[in-house]
Amino acid sequence: MAILQLALVFSILTSLSLLAGSSPPPSPDLQIVTAERRIDLNSHIVKVFLTLKIENIGESPASEVLLAYSPTEADHLALVKAAAAAGKKKRKSYLTLDVKPSELPDGPNGTKYYLIHLLKPLGKGEAITLEVLYYLTHSLEPFPVEISQSEAQLVYYRDSAKILSPYPIKEQATFLKSPSSRIESFTRVVPTDRANTELRYGPYEDQSPYSYSPIIIHFENNNAFAVVEELVREIEISHWGSIQVTEHYQLVHAGARHKGAFSRVEYQSKPTHSGVSSFKHLLAELPPRVHSVYYRDNIGNISSSRLRTNFKKSELLIEPRYPLFGGWKSTFVIGYGVPLEDFLFEAADGTRYLNYSFGCPLADTVVEKLTVKVVLPEGSKNPSVVVPFPVEQRTERKYSYLDVVGRTVVVLEKANVVPDHKSPFQVYYKFSPIYMLAEPLMLTSVFFLFFMACVTYLHLDLSISKTKQT
Amino acid sequence: MEKATDLFSLKSLKLKTKQQELLLRISILGLVYILAFITRLFSVLRYESMIHEFDPYFNYRTTLYLTQKGFYDFWNWFDSESWYPLGRIIGGTLYPGLMVTAAFIYWTLRFLRFAVHIREVCVLTAPFFASNTTLVAYFFGKELWDSGAGLVAAALIAICPGYISRSVAGSYDNEGVAIFALLLTFYLFVKAVKTGSLAWSLASAFGYFYMVSAWGGYVFIINLIPLYVLVLLVVGRYSMRLYVAYNCMYILGMLLAMQIRFVGFQHVQSGEHMAAMGVFFLMQVFYFLDWLKHLLNDQKLFQAFLRITLTCAISVGAIALGVGTASGYISPWTGRFYSLLDPTYAKDHIPIIASVSEHQPTAWSSFMFDFHILLILFPAGLYFCFKRLSDATIFIVMYGLTSMYFAGVMVRLILVATPAVCLISAIAVSATIKNLSQLVRTKAKPTQGGSGKGTTSTKASSKGALDRSLPYQRNGAIALLVGAFYLLTRYAIHCTWVTSEAYSSPSIVLAARGAHGNRVIFDDYREAYYWLRQNTPQDAKVMSWWDYGYQITAMGNRTVIVDNNTWNNTHIATVGRAMSSYEDEAYEIMRSLDVDYVLVVFGGVTGYSSDDINKFLWMVRIGGGVFPVIKEPDYLVNGEYRVDKGAAPKMLNCLMYKLSYYRFGELTTEYGQPPGYDRARGVEIGNKDIKLEYLEEAFTTSNWIVRIYKVKPPKNRW
Repeated sequence: MAILQLALVFSILTSLSLLAGSSPPPSPDLQIVTAERRIDLNSHIVKVFLTLKIENIGESPASEVLLAYSPTEADHLALVKAAAAAGKKKRKSYLTLDVKPSELPDGPNGTKYYLIHLLKPLGKGEAITLEVLYYLTHSLEPFPVEISQSEAQLVYYRDSAKILSPYPIKEQATFLKSPSSRIESFTRVVPTDRANTELRYGPYEDQSPYSYSPIIIHFENNNAFAVVEELVREIEISHWGSIQVTEHYQLVHAGARHKGAFSRVEYQSKPTHSGVSSFKHLLAELPPRVHSVYYRDNIGNISSSRLRTNFKKSELLIEPRYPLFGGWKSTFVIGYGVPLEDFLFEAADGTRYLNYSFGCPLADTVVEKLTVKVVLPEGSKNPSVVVPFPVEQRTERKYSYLDVVGRTVVVLEKANVVPDHKSPFQVYYKFSPIYMLAEPLMLTSVFFLFFMACVTYLHLDLSISKTKQT
Repeated sequence: MEKATDLFSLKSLKLKTKQQELLLRISILGLVYILAFITRLFSVLRYESMIHEFDPYFNYRTTLYLTQKGFYDFWNWFDSESWYPLGRIIGGTLYPGLMVTAAFIYWTLRFLRFAVHIREVCVLTAPFFASNTTLVAYFFGKELWDSGAGLVAAALIAICPGYISRSVAGSYDNEGVAIFALLLTFYLFVKAVKTGSLAWSLASAFGYFYMVSAWGGYVFIINLIPLYVLVLLVVGRYSMRLYVAYNCMYILGMLLAMQIRFVGFQHVQSGEHMAAMGVFFLMQVFYFLDWLKHLLNDQKLFQAFLRITLTCAISVGAIALGVGTASGYISPWTGRFYSLLDPTYAKDHIPIIASVSEHQPTAWSSFMFDFHILLILFPAGLYFCFKRLSDATIFIVMYGLTSMYFAGVMVRLILVATPAVCLISAIAVSATIKNLSQLVRTKAKPTQGGSGKGTTSTKASSKGALDRSLPYQRNGAIALLVGAFYLLTRYAIHCTWVTSEAYSSPSIVLAARGAHGNRVIFDDYREAYYWLRQNTPQDAKVMSWWDYGYQITAMGNRTVIVDNNTWNNTHIATVGRAMSSYEDEAYEIMRSLDVDYVLVVFGGVTGYSSDDINKFLWMVRIGGGVFPVIKEPDYLVNGEYRVDKGAAPKMLNCLMYKLSYYRFGELTTEYGQPPGYDRARGVEIGNKDIKLEYLEEAFTTSNWIVRIYKVKPPKNRW
């Protein structure tokens, strides 16, 4: 095994270094002076904090910095954020930078790039410190794949000991934090150090571009692997004072699959030893002033939920009908209403816009496919959407209570969503308040016609021949 | 009560009296209509808008299918999810009236752009039809007696517990619409007999068609109406009106009913429907004779002719019936029909009918519970009916007496008797109050001239002759009115209490009081069914006792071996046999039925008493009825059914016992009791060391009410 791994490492290294020359050198004039990477393996969403100190050693000023990801990493990458540190140590402030997937052709071995736009170009000899945060989902692979009720969940995490970068790195180190002290095995790339729950790879000095040395860590992680396979959020705007949100969840426990019997007596009497990787609660963070909250599934209401509200936020603690073990699924619906004035505003030019948060309200979950549907009131025109990250967009038509022409529905779709996607998005549309009166008028006229019909009927004599009254 | 308010209106302005009376009547009816609806919403307020109990889940599932796939797919639906491996042809084995009604309401609402869910429609179908029933009751009462009696009947039936028990919101069952259809058919028929109009009898035929499409209880109509006609013939009330009404209703009703696939040709082939046909032919003979009598004008000749024709007709009829029955063309009466006529029949011959609690003979207490004062008013109403005999009152008397007999035979048939009891009681109430208030009013008029108190001293009045003989008549009348008012108030209070306490539980969700008086919800059924739905393979087959079949298919969406449509006794007996065998024998049976999961209901932790251990003796009986290897005495000790240490060894090791009590011995259920204390039966179980060889626990709900086991695949031979 070890020999095989070594061979693999060697082959990758050689191939990478061979290919390095042939790749399009994006900006060879930059070099990374120091790089520090902290990988947080606590939950099933892997958080990576990257601190890079970049120096321009070339002649021309550079306005873009490239981040490189291996193909598998790029597939699991949910979100990349970057910020530039400014100021001295004590008065440090961070300026958010724009990050985009790059259109450049793939690098060696299918390396994918992300592009960071600097606020001002980096001149010759200047240096800048960048803070990068990115999330990886589905990167912890359960092994063994199936566990019984009494076993703990062990997972593999694969990465490189050295930071993949198109630039040479003078000095770098990687720190990994595991949730428990039980680390079954880890690859050593000298110098490698382990202190209780933390692993350190490095420092490595003077690494050429595209250096890569695969590592694999096998450790215990019993956190809830809550994955929402599909989430459909429907946000229905009523100009009569309320926004109704309905969220359809398809939840699955994506950890090691449950094997063999489920014993209730053990689950009840030994909670610390039985089903440790299973979970039975989920916390949803809802907007403040939320009202008429319900939690149900397609066979009825689920009575096990608790709502706590305060000025800043509302917290809904939901408990699925049964505890979720590895591979078990559950579907449910959460619905609530929020006051219109908190989320709907009028822009200066008279258009109205909804300002609502995009992501999934459940804490610490990954959403594989998120669909946000914004149902605009009947009679709305020209919808346009502003979302801070790329999404797929289309419009639909929906008929709700007493609709004649139907409501425009703006549909936004995004795959691989993490809690940090909870940033607000805006939907702009034109709406004339006269449409608000359409439905009440319709009802009134129907009743009016009904009574009129009654009156007419009572005054009509429809009999063909007069019967004699006795 | 309403009658009294009605009459007060007469006192005011003379010109508008009629309009005022109409206004009052309409508003009272409107209020009764609303009352009937909202009193049935207790279950929604207490629990949620959900489908109740067992059979409604099947109805809901089929309605869902109907709304999703359309009528033709529904009609041709072969359901492979039930009765594995036999399956069930849904379209040909159900009464589609309820589903089509609900789907029609749903489509109408959708068309009017009311974005309702089909579940809400199903939940509210029964209350809606109950409201409509009050309207029919009003018109029926009006037809029988007067509009006052109609109003009282509407008010009584709106809140009568006997009817509410089957029509609360969520009780989405055939009876919900069938009682409406039943009363409508009767009303229209009575109207047809009274008027002799073809239109009314046509309407009654369509009412009958709706009833046939909705409920198997239509057999009651098709036997009661001929009986009524026969009685009218016998008592000499034969008329052309009756001839028109019955012939039109019978022929058209029969032809229409044949369109329902489940009923098919039963009207001409089954023994239960032969009475109607016999009466139909009898009518023709009668009419023919009448005509001859008219032609002959000779008494003697006619007598002779009568003798010959009657003998011929009766013998031809008897021979036809005999040949039909012998050749198998006319099927004999079914067991269910026998068990209706003879209360002891089911107990001896059909354990599967006897095992259902709602098929038990009715106790006196449940009559009191469901009818309250109507039970006393019923005979009084009969008295009034006999005093004023007409075609209509004869009908209601017959309906009342026969349905009361059936209500005594089976608890669930109280439902059929309820409209009759309400109508007859309404006649009693209305007639009594009318008489009393007339007494009060006739005395009130002369007092306007004299002093307020001097009722007994006004001897000069023209009507004074009456009260000279009965000095305290007015006071007595007032006292009696107050008494009647008190009784009716008690009735209203009783009905509301019964509705909220006894008849509004969905029985899927169980509620109990916790230690601090708070409400504890046991939602274990849905927990288990949802687990099945989400975490078992799509084609998994679940074996359970037949009670839970409909719920598993509707909520769990999994295939079941047997369900509540108990048409195949052998299949049910096979499951009963598996449950009462040792594990290895049961494994063979389960393998042969491709069973993947076994579901049992167990109340030992919560003290829930209608669980499978308490139903187990019926499984043994039904299993033993087909497979003589299962013998009831093997499970009893000295004729006693026990689960503790003194239980029979076969009992302690049969599959049902093992599955119910698997690892229960490790659990302490009640403080101060040893582990393995069964709270439903109040004993410590006899076998705490249960090992399962061929099954493994797959899921147990949080309160242990439902336990699901997975059948292991067969072991390798090596």
